[in-house]
Amino acid sequence: MARIVGMLTTSHVPAIGGAIAKNLQQDAYWKPFFDGFLPVRKWLDEVKPDVAVVLYNDHGLNFFLDKMPTFSVGAAPEYHNADEGWGIPTLAPTRGDVDLSWHLINHLIERDFDITTCQEMLVDHAFTIPLKLFWPQSPCPIPAVPVCINTVQFPLPSAKRCYALGEAVGDAIRNWDSDKKVVVIGTGGLSHQLDGERAGFINKDFDLKFMDSMINDPKWATQFSIHELVEKTGTQGVELLMWLAARAAVPGTLKRVHTNYHIPISNTASGLMALATL
Amino acid sequence: MSATKLPPIPGTTPFDGEQAKKGYALNKMCFSFNSAECRAEFLRDEEAYMKKYSLNEEQAAGIRARDVLGLIRAGGNAYYLAKFAGILGLNMQDIGALQTGMTVEQFKAKLAAYA
Ligand SMILES: [Fe+2]
Repeated sequence: MARIVGMLTTSHVPAIGGAIAKNLQQDAYWKPFFDGFLPVRKWLDEVKPDVAVVLYNDHGLNFFLDKMPTFSVGAAPEYHNADEGWGIPTLAPTRGDVDLSWHLINHLIERDFDITTCQEMLVDHAFTIPLKLFWPQSPCPIPAVPVCINTVQFPLPSAKRCYALGEAVGDAIRNWDSDKKVVVIGTGGLSHQLDGERAGFINKDFDLKFMDSMINDPKWATQFSIHELVEKTGTQGVELLMWLAARAAVPGTLKRVHTNYHIPISNTASGLMALATL
Repeated sequence: MSATKLPPIPGTTPFDGEQAKKGYALNKMCFSFNSAECRAEFLRDEEAYMKKYSLNEEQAAGIRARDVLGLIRAGGNAYYLAKFAGILGLNMQDIGALQTGMTVEQFKAKLAAYA
C-alpha cells in the first residue's frame, strides 16, 4: 500500500511567481520568505516522495461562477497553468497520476463526498507556485493530483467538512494499492484580506495559534464557522481550510521538519510548515 | 436567501449568493481578462466591451472610475476584480491603498507593522 511521508503547507500569493521570475529570492523583502523553503527542500531530497496530492483553491482560472463545485478532484494526465490576467509568468505543465486520481475519486464518493471530477483542469498559482517553491526545477519532477476547494463563492464548506474531506483523502491514499510514497500539500493563507475597507487586515496572534494547533491540536480550527474564520483571518485568510484538510489527511503525531512565518509578502502573512510522519 | 443572518464584519462583503447574482455580468467580464486578446479588446474600447457583457450602470460607472469599493458594492468579487486591476497595471498594494484611502506607502507600512 502507498505510504504518506508527511505534509507541507504554504501560502501561495501570485506575487511569489513574479519574484521567482525576477530572481528576487535573495532580495531583502523576499529573503525571509524564500529562505524558509531551503530546509524543506533538503527534507524532500531525503524522503523523495513519488507523487503529491495538492489541496488548493482556484482563483478564477479553471472555475467561473457559471459552475462552482465545492470540492473537485483532477483526473488529468497533465495539468496546465495559463494566463491568470495579473501578469505572472505561466509555469510548465505538471504531470498527473491518473491511477491515484481515480482511486481518490472512487474512495471519496464511497465516503459520501459528492465531488466533481475533472479530466481537464487548468491549475492556477495556488497549485503551481507551491510546487515551484518545493521543487524549483522545471517542470515539477514528480506528478501531482489536484484537489480543489471552493473559497470564491459563499457558502464555503465548513472547516469541519474540509477536515473530514482531508481525513478521507488520507485514508484513500493509505488504501491505494501502490508502493509509492505520497506527500500531501495544502496551500493558501495565512491571514489576509484583499477586498473592502478592511483590506490589509492581518492577524498574527491567530496565525501563530493556528500553526501551533497544526502540530499539537489539529482539529482546533474546526470549532470556528466560516464567518468566524473570515472575521478572524480575513476574506482570503479563510484559505487555511486547505491547511486543515492537508493535516487531516496525515493524522496523529508528526515530526516538525520546519516551520516559517513572515509578514508581509504582498498583502499576506505567509506561513510554511513541513511535518513528517514518524 | 441566507439561512441565518450573520453579524456584519466591518469593511467586509462576503461574496455570497446575493453578491454572486448581482455581480454576474461584471465578474464574467473580468473573468474574460484571463485572455490577452480580451484585455486588448477592452482597452481598445471600454464602453463597447462593457456593453458586450451587459454591465449595468452601477457596474459601468465603477469600471470607468476605477472605483474598487463601488465595484464590490455592485457585486464584484475580489479575484475577478484583481484581473481588472492587472489590466490597469495595479498590484495588490495599489488596490489596498485605493480601498482604504491611504497612499501606497502608508498601506505598505500598515502591512509591515503587523510583523
Ligand atoms: Fe489565494
